[in-house]
Formats: sequence, C-alpha cells, structure tokens
Amino acid sequence: MRSRWWLILMLIVVAIALPWCFYDWTHHRHAGFLISMLSQMGMMVILALSYNMLLGQAGLFSLCHATFFGIGGYATVHLLNAAGSGDFPLPMEVMPLFAGLTGLALAILFGSMATKQRATAFAMITLGIGELMATSALMFHHFFGGEGGVTTNRMIDNSLFGLSYASGLQVYYLILVWTVIATALMYYLTLTPLGRMANATRDNFERAQFIGYDPRMVRFLQFALSGFFAGIGGGLYAITYEIVTFDALAAPLSANALLMAYIGGTTVFGGPILGAILITLLQSGVSLLSNSWLVYVGVMFIAMVIFAPTGLAGIIKAHDPIRQAGRLGSLVVPYLRLAIPSLSLVLGFVGVAELMSFLTIGAAQGRKLVLFGGPIDVHATLPWAISAGALLVGGLWLRFEAAGFHRVWESLTTEARR
Amino acid sequence: MTALSLRDVRKNFGATEIIRGVTLDIAPGERHCIIGPNGAGKTTCFNLISGRFPITSGEILLNGERIDTLPPHRINRMGLSRSFQITSIFHRLSVFENLRCALLWSRGYRYSFWSPLWRQRALNEAAEGLLEELNLGTRRNVLAGLLSYAEQRALEVGMTIAGGATVVLLDEPTAGMSNTETDYAMALIRRVTQGKTLLMVEHDMKVVFDLADTITVLVYGQVIASGPPAEVRGSRAVQEAYLGALDG
Repeated sequence: MRSRWWLILMLIVVAIALPWCFYDWTHHRHAGFLISMLSQMGMMVILALSYNMLLGQAGLFSLCHATFFGIGGYATVHLLNAAGSGDFPLPMEVMPLFAGLTGLALAILFGSMATKQRATAFAMITLGIGELMATSALMFHHFFGGEGGVTTNRMIDNSLFGLSYASGLQVYYLILVWTVIATALMYYLTLTPLGRMANATRDNFERAQFIGYDPRMVRFLQFALSGFFAGIGGGLYAITYEIVTFDALAAPLSANALLMAYIGGTTVFGGPILGAILITLLQSGVSLLSNSWLVYVGVMFIAMVIFAPTGLAGIIKAHDPIRQAGRLGSLVVPYLRLAIPSLSLVLGFVGVAELMSFLTIGAAQGRKLVLFGGPIDVHATLPWAISAGALLVGGLWLRFEAAGFHRVWESLTTEARR
Repeated sequence: MTALSLRDVRKNFGATEIIRGVTLDIAPGERHCIIGPNGAGKTTCFNLISGRFPITSGEILLNGERIDTLPPHRINRMGLSRSFQITSIFHRLSVFENLRCALLWSRGYRYSFWSPLWRQRALNEAAEGLLEELNLGTRRNVLAGLLSYAEQRALEVGMTIAGGATVVLLDEPTAGMSNTETDYAMALIRRVTQGKTLLMVEHDMKVVFDLADTITVLVYGQVIASGPPAEVRGSRAVQEAYLGALDG
C-alpha cells in the first residue's frame, strides 16, 4: 500500500520534471515535440481510464466512447470562442469542467437508451450511437463545422492565475492538473457503493437484482459518469490543438480507447494509464519511423487478447505472490531465455512488415528503407530471407521456451501459495 | 396474514403449461419445503415468486401485497430474498466484498457514488460479523470464484439473508454436498434463518423431514399434497406419485 503511494508520487514528479529534462538551455527553448506528446498522453490517460469504467469495471463493451470525448471538445471550442469575444467570460482553468458536464449530459441522453441492454445488444446500440454522432458532425455545420471542424484561439486572456496559455508548457501543466484530478476522482468512484455494484453487475447481473439493485440503473449511472470524464479529456484536447474536427468523436478514437484500456490491462485500475502512455509513445515515436505502426499496434492487441487477456498491468500483478515469496530472482533466467527468441520473432516480423510496406507505400512515397545503418534493396532476396527466417525460427523457438517458462512459473506460483 | 401466498398461479412457456394452478399459503415464521420429482416445476415456481419470470395468470402476494408484476429488485426490497440452484455469487469479488454488496441496499446506500465504503463503520462491521457467522473468516480476501463448492454455497446463503429479508427462498442449498457438508449447511441454514419465513426446494428427504413444518408436494405443475410432514408421508397420492419408492 505504501509503495503504491510512492509510485503515484513518482509518476507525478516525473510528469512535472520531464519537460525540463529536455530543455534546450543554449536556445532557451522547450522541446515542443516532447511537450505535445506528454499533453497527448494526459488526455489519452483520461480517455482510457474513463473507458475502463465501462469495460473493466462494469463489463460494458462500449463502441462509442469517443462521442463523449468529442462533444466535450466541441463544447470547449465554442466556449473558448465565446470567452474570447467576451460573450461568456469563463476562466481557462474551469473549461474542462464544462466540457465534462457536456459529456455527462450527452451520456445521460444516450445512456438512457443503451444501458437498458447489456452485452452484445449494448455494444450494438453504442456502435449505432457512435455512427450517428459521426454523421451528425458532418451534417450539422453550425455546431460541428463540417469536415473542417471548428477552430478557436485559446489566448482568451481570462485565467484564475493570470496565465496566458501562449506556450505549450502552460497548457501541458493545465492538462497534468486535470489528469490528476480526473484520475483521483475515478479512483475514488471505485471505492463507493456504485463503483462496487458496477463490479458486481459485471460479474453477475442476476444476483445484483436479488440483492435489491436494478442493474440497469447501475449501468446507466456508470455510463453517465464515464461520459463526464471523457468530456474532460475532450476539453483538454480542444485547448491543446485549438481545433476540433470530427476525428475527435469518430470510431477510430473509440477503438483507440479500447486498445489503450485493453493493452494496459482492464482488471487493474492503473492498467489503462499504462496502455495510454504506451500507445501514445508508439503513436508519436514509431509513427515517425514507420508507415506500419498501426500494424504493430494491431498485432500487439491480438497477441494480448490471445496470450495475456489481463493486459500489461495484469501480467505485472500476476507476479505479486512470487514477489511476496521473495522468489522474483528465480524468474530472471527464464525471462532471459524468453527474451532471445522473442527478439528474433519481433525483428523478423518488423523486417517482413517494413519490406512489404516499402515495396508498396514506400515506393510510392519515393523513400528508401534504411535499416541497421544502411539502405536495403527491397527487391533482393536476402533481406526477405533473413526476416522470414528470423520470424519462423523465433516463433518456433519461442514456443519451445514458453513451455519451459510455463513449468517454472507453475512451480513458483504453487510454491508461493503454500 | 400470510407471509407469502400464491393464488392459482399459472405459467406457460409457449404452448406448454409448466405451472398449472398452484395455490399455496405460507404463514410467517414457517419452514416450508417443496418437494417433487424432476421437472415438476419447483424451480420455476421460485422463479415466478422472485420475479425472474413473469407469471401467465394468478396472483402472488408478499405480506398481503401483490408482487407478481414487479421486477426482481423491487420484490427483494420488499423483503423477499432467494438463492439459486446453480451457485450465483460475484466470482471476481472477494468473499468480504460479496457480503458487503449484499448488505448495501438494505442499509440505504442505494446508488451512492459519494460515500466511501471504507469509512462506513457499521456496514463493514456487519459484513465482518456475517463473515464470522458463516465461518468464512479465514477466507475473507479470497476471490469468491476460488472458494470450494461448499464454501460458495455457504456464501450464497449468507448473501441471501444479508439484506434482512423476512421471506427466504432457498433452491436446493445442499445439492451436490457430502453428508457431513449437508449437516453443516443445514445447521447454518437453521441458525441464520431463525425467525424468518423459509421456503425451500430440497431433494434430500432426510433434510426435508428434519426441517420442515409444512411440506408441499408438486407434481407436473400441480400441488398434490400440502401439510405437516407426518400427514404428507401418510398421503396415498404422494406415495403413489413420489415417495413410494423411498419407503419400499
């Protein structure tokens, strides 16, 4: 318990300090790329955590979560415009709260329809809601601005602390503060009767009825509250980018929320934080290096669903009993033995994917594949053979090693349980 | 006034009539067992009373009030609670959390998303007390899904009585248990249903005749006998339909 508070404190300190670690002292400039990436992480953390209020905590597989993120964004853009022109003077710091309330209002409306159902029917309805909203965004120009979206200027000269928000750094710290607030509130919710009954209806909605709870009401309230938090994320998005287009509420972002929550781990509260950070890193980092970054995210997701349905946080948590027994050291060698074939498998896969991508898209872009410090001819046999070989050998070898790892793991966990 | 009464209750599934006019009166504090061959409609009866399925015709009254049109959670709030033939618990929550959840509504927490559970002293003490009463103290933090079968059954009984229901329906609480486990479970049930009205489906005749004040025999959706154990045992119709094989 103690160590968990330390971890949280550490995370916050790192988040505060990170922009200064990459400060360019000779030119007195901040690393813009890093700050925009960290800002993106903040909103994605809120999005993923609020999504997990549904998926992980209430067992609701929603496909329209971006709807509430997006509506928060649109509302904020209009509020910023109104504040800028002096029609509705609102300090910058409370904008995300209003964005959240917009998300809440829309989630109450849509939730009253969707949460009458559960499981597959619920997922279907939310899919419909998502499509409805994406279409509306393109149809109703006055509010959504059509394909071009709505733009704004965040320098509204109205701040509780006299900040101008001209620099990305100030915006980042605003995002950080709201991310911490939203995360704390969402964590608090898991410790209340509603939060616990959301878990209970997830496990067994019928039993929940026979202890006096209406599972529909539990689902509805959980859905509405998760819409509130998603809206906060959207508000921060609008403040950061000063433009909101229908991308902010369309299906790909909903899918992203699912990916982040699932890869990070839905069974642990902090899992989606991990997922949001990881996916944003991939998005910002790997997308610069490679055209195929989405392929990697997709394959990672499939691998997670098949081999580690509890996500990264679930994997980490599975080590708890072994750690408490003080036997974590015995896992070092087995892990190393897994690492070598895994590396071969991953490199082989990346090789094949990149060669494939450079054969088609890369050629069209007129780019050359540069790997390991030299240009590589994508039409030659050798790179294909090496990649495919590494992929195959790595895969087979990993299967063999995985069996051995499994045996060690089993014996350690049974030992820890005793 | 009766605690629970059924008036000519019927239930059709499609064209098939499963419950064919059941009338039953259960007095407050009575221990009432329903027995009958497989497929007689005992569990269906429970599902109708607890609101899991709607009835086709007839009336069901709980303490004099109609409940046959209400959803299960409303019936539960009026003081009727049930267990299931196939164990029904929250398998990914700990034993303690299961019991605490079962206490929440009756203690007025409703859908509160502002009161922190860890600070609800009386609630937590009640859950701990229940834990001890069920003899599950050492299993407090174990996920309910990982308990042994008998422990899960005990937990379910605990969750069924936790909310302070006055009418308790137990659907084969000892099914699949060994003799010792059955004895233990029955002692537990006797203890925790003290002063409550108990309606129970049971196959174990020893248990039934030990426990029941009244026995109702259900065959093909109809009551063929209802009364004190001695009377039911002596009934010719019952012997022909059901008990005959046991005595022989």
